[in-house]
Formats: sequence, structure tokens, C-alpha cells
Amino acid sequence: MSNSLDAYLILSGILFSIGTFGFLARRNAISMLMSIELMLNAVNLAIVAFAAFGAFGETAQGVSRGSVIALMVISVAAAEATVGLAIVIAIYRNKRTPLVDEYDAMRQ
Amino acid sequence: MESLIPLIPILPIAGFAFTALVGRRLGKGAHWVPVSAVFIAWVIASLAAYNVLSGAAPLIEGSEDLHGYTGLIYTWIPAGDLQVAVGYFVDPLTACLLIVVTTIGLLVHVYSIGYMSHDPGYWRFFAYLNLFMFSMLLLVLADSWLVVFVAWELVGLSSYLLIGFWYRKNSAALAAKKAFLVNRVGDVGFALGIMAIFAVTLALGEPTLNIRHSIELLIEHAAELTIPITVIALLVFAGAMGKSAQFPLHVWLPDAMEGPTPVSALIHAATMVNAGVYLVARANGLFASAPEAMVVVAAIGIFTAILAASIAMTQTDIKRVLAYSTLSQLGYMFAALGVGAFTAAIFHLMTHGFFKGLLFLGSGSVIHAVHEEQDMRNMGGLSKKIPITYATMLVGSIAIAGIPPLAGFFSKDEILGEAFKFGFWWVWGIGLFVALLTAFYMFRLMGLTFWGDFRGPKELWNRIHESPPVMTVPLILLAIPSVLLGLLLGLPLGDSVLKNWLEPVFIEAEELLALPHGEYQLFGIDGVLILASVTVATVGLLLAWRFFGVEIGPVRMPFRPDAVRAMAARLPFLYRASLNKWWFDDLNHLLFIVIGGRVAAFLWWFDRVVVDGTVNAVGGLTVGAGRGLRMIQTGRVQNYALGIAFGLIVMAGSYLILASR
Repeated sequence: MSNSLDAYLILSGILFSIGTFGFLARRNAISMLMSIELMLNAVNLAIVAFAAFGAFGETAQGVSRGSVIALMVISVAAAEATVGLAIVIAIYRNKRTPLVDEYDAMRQ
Repeated sequence: MESLIPLIPILPIAGFAFTALVGRRLGKGAHWVPVSAVFIAWVIASLAAYNVLSGAAPLIEGSEDLHGYTGLIYTWIPAGDLQVAVGYFVDPLTACLLIVVTTIGLLVHVYSIGYMSHDPGYWRFFAYLNLFMFSMLLLVLADSWLVVFVAWELVGLSSYLLIGFWYRKNSAALAAKKAFLVNRVGDVGFALGIMAIFAVTLALGEPTLNIRHSIELLIEHAAELTIPITVIALLVFAGAMGKSAQFPLHVWLPDAMEGPTPVSALIHAATMVNAGVYLVARANGLFASAPEAMVVVAAIGIFTAILAASIAMTQTDIKRVLAYSTLSQLGYMFAALGVGAFTAAIFHLMTHGFFKGLLFLGSGSVIHAVHEEQDMRNMGGLSKKIPITYATMLVGSIAIAGIPPLAGFFSKDEILGEAFKFGFWWVWGIGLFVALLTAFYMFRLMGLTFWGDFRGPKELWNRIHESPPVMTVPLILLAIPSVLLGLLLGLPLGDSVLKNWLEPVFIEAEELLALPHGEYQLFGIDGVLILASVTVATVGLLLAWRFFGVEIGPVRMPFRPDAVRAMAARLPFLYRASLNKWWFDDLNHLLFIVIGGRVAAFLWWFDRVVVDGTVNAVGGLTVGAGRGLRMIQTGRVQNYALGIAFGLIVMAGSYLILASR
């Protein structure tokens, strides 16, 4: 384990950028959901890294607060993925395509 | 009695509503309801007038010797301190007007049964006539400025509808528009006057639009309110000028003769045009507190009198001669009001209403007889064919010319005499000359129409016949007051019946004006004045006989067209001025059509290009911006997300740049 926070943040930033690019550039809805997971995990990595360097402190019971936030993000991400997939499947049943270019119902 | 008075205006408006709704189906029976409505109104009005004038009516609150009826019908505008009530106010002045309006109105309704019998718009005509009767009666009965104004506009409306009754005729439609527009000019003044009255009474702490109350309030504070009162008086007079067709708003009345002749008789000679005179007489206290305004009234009145009389000398359309004569006589009335001779003005209003109504209805009978010919150059010798019309019109002409003992003599002489005695010698001088012109143009009309040889087509001569009784009976009934009204109301001289009736109405104004009240001297100054006016009238009459002929019993002179032409050639300027109505129509054309048209065209351009341009530019910009921005909304999640990411980068980047400083 390196003693520098920079490396973790750079890795987190790279992962986040890849996720953003994937979200903006991929046309497949499933890929976009995966990109979202990537972004969430990049953020999680950053939180954990900050926590390890003592950014959030500890609770009275000696538990790292950053780990709690990270666990929270993971569970929210799981819920989000579930709902997201359900929506994608619902749209797919209507549109018969996974390509988001065809999804322009919000225009109406 | 009190409960019956509201019926006087309600009956005609009910008749109007009925006839307007179902009249078309009644065909030739459409006149029954309107004529009965006016007849009943006439009965009630006569009873009310009799009670008021004989003193049987109760005293009006807050006065010592003013008998009459007042009453509230309902409160129209109850707004805090301002209460505009619709009520009636019948004092001797209103009673006199009621007699004139309902009597002549009734006779004209009856006459119209005959005159309009072949017209397809028979029912429409009677509906309009009833609407007019309602408006006019409301005007004289109302006790509030605002209600008077409403009635003022309503008579204007019915006048418009009736002038343009034959709306398919372009000249009639134009004349109706002209009358309406010219009247609006005066009405603006009247409306401003009413607003000023309200503003002033509000400033005095007692906001009111009641005519009697507001005038009393103004008189009370006359000393410190000289300028506002003068302004109010002049504004109210502007309204009167429009309705009573005084210079320079006189141009509409001659054109109003495009309407059917009964309308000319009723509205444009006997009643509506008197509304201005009535208004000034009703507001006598207001005018008496503003002596400068009184001089303006007198000057405009006497100027209109001579202007119109000079034009009447050369007109060839029989109705137009009478129209200019009406203008001239109205000028007399305003001159009388202006010098402070209120009673004389109302006297002339009443007598003129009857004899001018008679003359107009007579001219209608003439026009009917010669098959819609109105040009007197194509008439002549008609006395042999239509004797009743001839006899009644002769009575009317003598009456208006001011030959004693007919009605016009008494009223005109009273105006001239009082003008002289009150120190307005210029009004007297011009008025005397106008009396000469009056006698001249009336007997020119009689000569050209009834005496000499027929100048129209030969085959027409054999088809000329007297009008049916339904038309001649009203003529006879109008001829009676034309003869007797002066004797009934004008005697004894100097302390006449009418003066005693109207004394309580005008006493306050007369005291304010401090008019000289000398003893009446029949063998002194008054006798001389009477002699002067009779002489002048006789001279005018004889001049007319010499030029245009006469055939009354043994008095016979021929029509001498060559002498007329020679006379016209000797006074070329005056002749042309009179023939062209002193170019007032041309002046108005230049001022309002040519120059006013240019101004209006410029304003239109300004409105179109600058005002509309600005508004349209704002609208166009919004529409254009919307059209452009609409492209952003694609409905695709990724485009939005790109926007979010881009925004995030910008915000984070600018934060970093700013934080590093």
C-alpha cells in the first residue's frame, strides 16, 4: 500500500472518466447501466481512499465512517441497478431494441 | 300622479321593445302599439304639466314657490359618497318641454302613419320613433347629470338611426354618420363638463351629480370658484352646441334632412335640437354665475342666427331652407339665454317647436304631393292643388316671420326686447336684421312653392293631389297652437302667463345677473321695440313678395325671376357665399378630410410601423428563440447527460481556476 492519496484519486478519476465516457458514448442501455456502476465504484474507491487517510474520522465504537458511506453507496448502487434493469427491460419490450437512440419518448 | 310619471318614458320604450321584436309580423298594423304608447304618455304628461303649471303639484323640497314632482326610481350607482340616482324632476320648465315633446311627438306619429305607409321599413320607423320619444322624455325628466348624458347619447343614437333610415341611399348613410360624428365633438365637452362638476363638488366635500343640488352648491361657492364655474359652463355649452347645431357644429343639421320628413319635423326641428336650449336653461344658475360664458352663448347664438338665415336665402331644397331656418331660430334661443332672457328662450322654444314642426310636416306633404321632388325650382302654384297644406304652411310662415298676433311674433319680440333692455344692443341689432331675413326667406319659400305657375313637368301637374286626412289633420292641429300659443302664453305683455309659470325656476339666476326690471311700457320703449320688429318683419315679407310673388286674396304680385337674377348679380360675393353655405363644408373638408386625413395617415403609419413593429419584434424574437431552443430537446437521455457532464466540467473547472487565484 502506497502512502500517497494521489494514486487512489487518479485511479478513481480514470475509472470515473471511463464510466462517464461509457454512459455518454455507448448506445446499448445495458452498457450504460454498467457504466453507471463503474462511475459509482470510482466514487466508492475515492471515499474509501479518503477514509483510509482519515478524512471522515471514526465513530465512538471505533468504526471508520468512510466504510459506512461506502457500504451505503454499494447498497444504493445495487438497488439502482435493479430498478434500472427493470426499466430497461420494460422499454425493450415496447421498443424491441436495446439501443437508446430509439428511446425519444421524453421529447413528447 | 307621482306613480304615473315614470310611465311617461317607460311607455315609449315598451312600445319600442314590442315593435322591434314583433313589428315585422304586424305589417301595416305596426303603428298601433307605438302610437297608443305615445298617446297615453301624452295624456299623462299633459296632466302632470297641468298640475305643475297650475300649482296643484306639491312644493319641491327646499324651495318656496317651485311646484313640481320629484321622485326616485332607483339608485343606479351607489358608491360610497357618490349616489347616482335615476329619478324624475318635473318643475315648470320640464312641464313646458313635456308639452312640446309629447304633443308634437304624438302628431308626428299620427302623420307618419300616412307619410310612411308605402315604406317597407314601416315597423322599423315606428320602433325608432318610440326609441326617440323615450330618450327625449328621459332627457327632460332626469334629475341627474349622468342620466341626462345617457339620454343625450340616446337621442343622438335615435337621430342617427332615423337620419340613416333609408340606409341604402348613400347620401343618407353619410348624413347620419356626419350627424353622429359632429355631435360627438360637442358630447366630449359635455362629458368633460359633467366630470368637472363631479370633481368640483367632490373638492367641496359634497360629491353629487344631482343637477339641482350641484348647481346650488356651485352658486354657493361662486365667489371663490369663478374660473372652474366658467369652464364648466362652457363645457356644458359645448354639448348644447353639438345637439342644437350651433356654429361651428352646425354643419350636421342641414344634411340631417336626408331622413324622412316626419323625422326632420320631430327631431331636427321641434324637439331634439331644443335639448341644448333646455340644458342651458336647466343649468341657468350655473350660467348666471359665469357672466363670461353667458356672453359666449349670446355671441355664438346670434352669429349662428345670422349665418344660417343668410344661407337660407338662396337654398333651393325646400327642406334645407327650413333646416337653415331652424338653425337660425335656435340661434335666437341661445342669444336669449346668453343675455339672460331665459323665459323668452323657452317661449321661443315652444312656439318654434309648433310652427317649425308644422312647416316641416307641411313640406313633407308638399314633397309627397309632387312625388318626392324637393327642389323648389320645380314647384310653383301648388296652392291650387293642395289647399290644406298651403293654408297651414301659410300660417306657419306668418308665425315664424313674426307678424302679430301669431305665436312667433310674441316669442321673437320678447327675445329682441329683452336683449335690448338688458344692454345687449348688438344682439338686438343683429337679431332685428335676422328677423328681416327670416320673413324674406320664408316668403321666398312660399312664393316659389305655392304661388305663380307650376314649373315642373306638365304630366306631373295633373297627378298632384292633397295628402290623406291622417297627414292633414296633424297639420291643422299644429296650425292652431301656431296661431294661438303666443296669445295664450305671451299676454299680458311684460307679465305674461309663461313668465309667471317659469319665474320660480329662473328667479335665482335673474337675481344673480341683476337684470334691470323696469315697468313694462307699451307706450314707451317696449312699444317702440315692438314697432321696430314688426316693421322689419313686414319689410322682409314685402321684399320677398316683390321678388317671388304673392297670391293672398286680392294681394297679387308675379314671380320675377329676372329681378332675382339681377339682384344676385349685383351682390355676387354675398350670393355665392350664401349659395355655398359660407364654404363651411369645404372648410371642414379641408381641415378634417384633407389635413386631418394626412395626420391620420401619418398616425396610422406610426402605429403600423413603430408601435406594431415593436410589439411584433418582441413576439418574433420569442418565437425565433423558441424555435432554436426546441432543437435541444431531443428526448435522448445521452444528450441530456452530455449537458450535465459539460455543465459539471464548466462548474468544476471555473471553481478550480477561481480557487487557484
